[in-house]
Amino acid sequence: MSVPLTLLGLLEREPSHGYDLKRDYDAYFGRGKPLPFGQVYATLGRLARDGKVVPGEAEPGAGPDRKRYAITSAGMAEVESWLAEPAEAEPHLQTVLFSKVVLALMLGRPAERYLDVQRAAHLQRMRELTEIKRKGSMVDLLLADHGLFHLEADLRWIDVTTARLSALAEMVRAS
Amino acid sequence: MRTANLPAAPRHGSFLIEARDVYRSFGQTPALVGASLGVASGEILAIMGPSGSGKSTLLHCLAGIFTPDRGEVWFDGRRLDALSETKRTELRRTAFGFVFQFGQLVPELSAADNIALPLLLNKVSRKAAYQRATGWLQQLGLAELGARRTGELSGGQAQRVALARALVAQPKVLFADEPTGSLDSLTGEKVMDLLVSIAREEGTTVVLVTHDARVAAYADREVIVRDGKVTVLSEAEVVR
Repeated sequence: MSVPLTLLGLLEREPSHGYDLKRDYDAYFGRGKPLPFGQVYATLGRLARDGKVVPGEAEPGAGPDRKRYAITSAGMAEVESWLAEPAEAEPHLQTVLFSKVVLALMLGRPAERYLDVQRAAHLQRMRELTEIKRKGSMVDLLLADHGLFHLEADLRWIDVTTARLSALAEMVRAS
Repeated sequence: MRTANLPAAPRHGSFLIEARDVYRSFGQTPALVGASLGVASGEILAIMGPSGSGKSTLLHCLAGIFTPDRGEVWFDGRRLDALSETKRTELRRTAFGFVFQFGQLVPELSAADNIALPLLLNKVSRKAAYQRATGWLQQLGLAELGARRTGELSGGQAQRVALARALVAQPKVLFADEPTGSLDSLTGEKVMDLLVSIAREEGTTVVLVTHDARVAAYADREVIVRDGKVTVLSEAEVVR
């Protein structure tokens, strides 16, 4: 999650105070990990320095910063480019698990058991996400779906690797 | 080792249904080779495993459809595998409900007929059976389809009718073998949501066979069947 780009995106709707941005960020993207105020204002400061937002005049009221920030055309171009560009497909997600399996086989340790335990951990997380889906809002549901599909992909890899363990063990021991 | 926050398997002796060291072959091909598994009352258990691992055979043994070659199957304090075929058939009709991937409904009969059928077989009056069938149709959002032949329903509608038929006689155990296997993701999700909600409300024990992790995630616990045996993780491997 890119905080600067997300804040820029929120600003493209309408000029906003830092407080409003934090509130909307936490509601849609924070998911239990609220954005600290300090990070909001530091990010806005950097975006202003880089010409992607402009602060308005300070407004009267309580709080440390009552400026309303507006996105610039450079900022809008950056949001457009970020949204349009596909995220990296991350082909090395399994590096840790792959390393563990190969190492376990090299060391004659129970790789299949390790994979079973990993599968159980994945399924437990999937259970939690499924419960969130059943009881949460539409936003929760979409986020849980995203997590579920990724975990499911990992599980498929675990299943296929489990089925290939004998062949993999032979290869590892032979080399 | 850092592991899952799994619900622990219920302790021996507190199971509603249990397979003990079960063997079952088909001709020369062994399907189960010493499979043991217990399911507690009210628990929703997913049986997972690769194709041909023996998971469906295990479900059929637990449900008294197959008799093990060796080993024991217990249900509610009774040895199921030692019962006569007549007694087992009666038990299946009165205490068990079944949902399969497809093919369980009578396509020439209406949705209401299909749901009422188990009640009629259990000698419930026609009026009461159809009243309950209508109640189920309403609960499942199919009220307007009661008169429709099930052969004319969509996959998702038919599976909801199958679920109602399996649960209408208030079984102690629901056996579900790939219940969403023929459905798309979203429709399957709706069926699983209904299945779990109703099972929890009614306190029904569910034994669910699936190869789909997203379906298994609706269960309280899962076991893996591999090469005819049940793999169970020890307490030490389960970190809370």
